Amino acid sequence: MTQSKNLRLLILIFGALAIISSVRLWTAQDALTSSGTIGTALRLTVPILLAGMAGLWAERCGVLNIGIEGMMIFGTWAGAWGAWQFGPWVGLLFAILGGMFGGLVHAVATVRFNIDQVISGVVINLFAFFGVRYLSELVYVGKKGGGISQSPPQKWALPRFNLPILSGGDIAGWKSPDFLGWLELQRWFILGDLGGIGRGLTHSISWATVIAVVVVPVSTWVLWRTRFGLRLRSSGESPVAAESLGVNVIRLRYYGLLISGGLAGLAGGTLSIVASSYYRQGQTAGRGFIGLATMIFGNWRPSGIMTGAMLFGYAEGVKLVASDSITASFLFIAAISVMFFIYAIIRRKRMQVLIALVAFCLSAIAYRTVDTVPESLTQSLPYVVTLIVLATANQRLRPPAMAGVPFRPGEPH
Amino acid sequence: MTQQLASQRNFDSMRKSLNTLGSSVGAIILALVICGVLLLVTGKDPFAAYGKILETGLTGEKLLEMLKRATPLIFSAIAVAIGFKMNLFNIGVEGQYLFAALIAAEAGTHVSLPAPVHVLFILVVAMVSGAAWASIAAILKITRGINEVISTIMLNYIALSFIQWIFETFFRDDSDGGLNVKTTEIAPSGRMPDLVDDRLNGMFIVALFAAFLYWVVVFRSRFGFQLRASGLNPIAARTAGIPAKQMILFALVLSGAVAGLVAMPSVIGDVYAYGPSSTPTQFGFAGITVALLGRNHPLGIIVAAMLFGFLDSTSAVLQLSEIPSSIVKVIQAIIVLVVVIVNESSSRRYNRKTAERAAMALKSLDVTQ
Repeated sequence: MTQSKNLRLLILIFGALAIISSVRLWTAQDALTSSGTIGTALRLTVPILLAGMAGLWAERCGVLNIGIEGMMIFGTWAGAWGAWQFGPWVGLLFAILGGMFGGLVHAVATVRFNIDQVISGVVINLFAFFGVRYLSELVYVGKKGGGISQSPPQKWALPRFNLPILSGGDIAGWKSPDFLGWLELQRWFILGDLGGIGRGLTHSISWATVIAVVVVPVSTWVLWRTRFGLRLRSSGESPVAAESLGVNVIRLRYYGLLISGGLAGLAGGTLSIVASSYYRQGQTAGRGFIGLATMIFGNWRPSGIMTGAMLFGYAEGVKLVASDSITASFLFIAAISVMFFIYAIIRRKRMQVLIALVAFCLSAIAYRTVDTVPESLTQSLPYVVTLIVLATANQRLRPPAMAGVPFRPGEPH
Repeated sequence: MTQQLASQRNFDSMRKSLNTLGSSVGAIILALVICGVLLLVTGKDPFAAYGKILETGLTGEKLLEMLKRATPLIFSAIAVAIGFKMNLFNIGVEGQYLFAALIAAEAGTHVSLPAPVHVLFILVVAMVSGAAWASIAAILKITRGINEVISTIMLNYIALSFIQWIFETFFRDDSDGGLNVKTTEIAPSGRMPDLVDDRLNGMFIVALFAAFLYWVVVFRSRFGFQLRASGLNPIAARTAGIPAKQMILFALVLSGAVAGLVAMPSVIGDVYAYGPSSTPTQFGFAGITVALLGRNHPLGIIVAAMLFGFLDSTSAVLQLSEIPSSIVKVIQAIIVLVVVIVNESSSRRYNRKTAERAAMALKSLDVTQ
C-alpha cells in the first residue's frame, strides 16, 4: 500500500460518510447509521463473509465451489444439533465438521473422479437440502419444539460482550461509560454517524463474530505468506507447473476443499447458533450464492470479500431494521450518482457520464414518487445489488487461471 | 474398404452406447446400495423400503402417476440440456418457469379464442415469457461477461420476489373475498384436455413432442451443429465463423422458452390458474439432475424423468410405512452423483482402450511402408 493509495482510500471513506450523513440529516432517517442497524448488518455480514472465504479457498486451489450453499446447510443442521445436545461451542465445531463433510464429497467427486465441478456443486446443494430434511424427520420430529423443518430450540447461547469505555463494557465489575452511544445520541453531522457505526461494531458482539472476522487476516497470511499457501495458489493458477516442481496438487486440492467446506459449515453454524437459536429449513436463504458473488466482486481477495460482504450485510440490515429507510437510500444512490458523474466528466468517460446521469434521474424520481417499497420487492435487493455490482465492476477481475479445469496428475496438457 | 470402415464405425458407436447404458445401470444399482447403507445406518430397513417402492410401483395406477410426474421434468431437463449442449449452465430454469407460469396464466384469462388456438396462445405466451426472463442472463453474459451460473441464480431470487409482487398487486383474483390465492381461472377453451381423466394430462404428449423437437433441432440441424460445436470447442467454433455471442443468446433464449412450459401441466392441465401455493416449485433444480442422468440425450431424458417420476410417486407410500419420504430425494441426488462419476471414469477408460486399439491397428497395417 502506497501513501497516495492510503490517502485515496481515506478520502473515499470520508466522502461516503459525508454523503450518508447528509442524507440522514435531510431525511431524518436516523436508522441509516444507527447502532441497531449496523449491529444487525454486522450479524448479517458474518455468514456471507465466511461463505465468500469458503469460495476463496476452493477457487484458489483450483476448484469451483457452487456447493457452498449445501455445505452451509450441513453446517446449520449439524451445528444446531451439536448446540442442542452439548452447547454452543461444540455446536460450532459440529457445524465446521458438517461443512467439511460436504467439502470432502465435493473433493472426492471433482478431484478424485474429475467430474464437472459445477455439476458436483449443484448435486451437493440438492443432497444437502433433502438429506438434512431426512435427518430432521428421524431426529427432530416428536421432540419438544422440533419438527420436520426445524430443530428444538437450544438452551444456551454464545456469550456476547461490549467493548469497555467505547460502548459500555464491564471492566472487572465496573460499568464503563458508553462513549460511542453518547456520541450517537448527539446526532451531529458525521460524528453522530461515526458513533452509531462504531457502537454497532463494538456493542453486544458475539465471539463467533470475532472468529469470523479473524478468519480474514489469517487466510490472507496463510495464502500469501506461507509455503503451504503459495503451493495451494499455484495449484489453482497452474497445476501442471506446480506438479512439475513436485507439488502434490491432488492433496492440496483436498486440503483446500476441506478448509472451504469447514468455513462454509461455520457460516451455516453462525446462522443456526448465533443469529438464531435453532435450525430451520431454508435458513441459509441463498447466502452461499451471495458469498460466491461476493468473492467474484472482491476479485478473489480476502479484503475485497470483506468489503463485498459488508455491502450486502448493510443492504440487508437496512432492509430488516429500517424498511422506512429504503426510500432514503434512493437519495443515497442519487448522491453517489452525482459523485460518479463528476468523476466521469473529469475522466472524460462518455458512457459512464450517461450511466451516472440515468442512475441519478431514476433514483431522484424514485425518491420523489415512491412512498413505500413493497416488502416483496425489497427482498430481492441484495440480489439486484449483486447483479449491478457484477455488471459494473466486472472489467478488472482476475480469477485463478485454472479454477474449474479438472486436473489429472501425470497427464500431458 | 469404405464399407468395412462404415461397419466398423457402426460397431464402435454401438459399443459406445452399450458402454454408456451398462455403466448407467451399474451406477444406479451402486447408488441404491449406498442409499441402502444410509438407510441401515439411520436405523431403517432398506429391503423393506425398496420392497415397498417396487410393490407399489408396479400397479397401473402408479405408472400413470409416474408419467404425470415425469411431464414437467422432461420440459425442465430439456431446457437445462439445451444450455449444457453449449457449455452453458442454466440454473435459472426455476425462475424462468415460475415467471412464465404467472404471465401465461394471467394472459390466458384476457382472451377469448376457440379452444385449440386458446391453448396454443397460452403456450406461446409461456414460452415467450420464459425466454424473456432467460434473455436477461444472456444479455448480461454477452455485454458484461457475467458468468451465467451466478446471474441465473440471482435472477431466480429476483424472479421469486418480482412474481410475488406482481401477483399480489395486480394479478390476484380477489372476487372470492381474498380467500382465493390464485389468478382468475382460465376459461374451459384454454384448458388442455386430459388423456386419462384426472390421471394424465395432454401436456405429456407435448413433452414428448418437445423432446423430439429438441432432438431434431440440436442433433440434426445446422443450427444444432453450430450450438454443439461452440460448446465442445469455442475457439475452433469461432475460427470456423460461428458467432459466439449470437449462439449464447440463441441457446439461452431457446432454453428459457422450453423452461416456460414446465409449469403448464399445472396451469392449463390441472389448476387452470397460477397460485403461489398451487403452482409446483423446485422443478428447475430437478430438471438439472434429470438432464445429467439422461446425459442430455432426448431418450435418456425421457427415461430419467420417468425414473424420477416413479421414485417421486412412491414417497407417499413410504411415509405411510414410517420411512421418511425425503429419502426419495436423497436417493435421486445420490443416483445422479454416482452416475456422473461412473460415466466420467468409464468414458475415460473407454477412450483409453479405443486409443490402444487404434495404435494396435496402425501397427498391424504398417502405415510407414
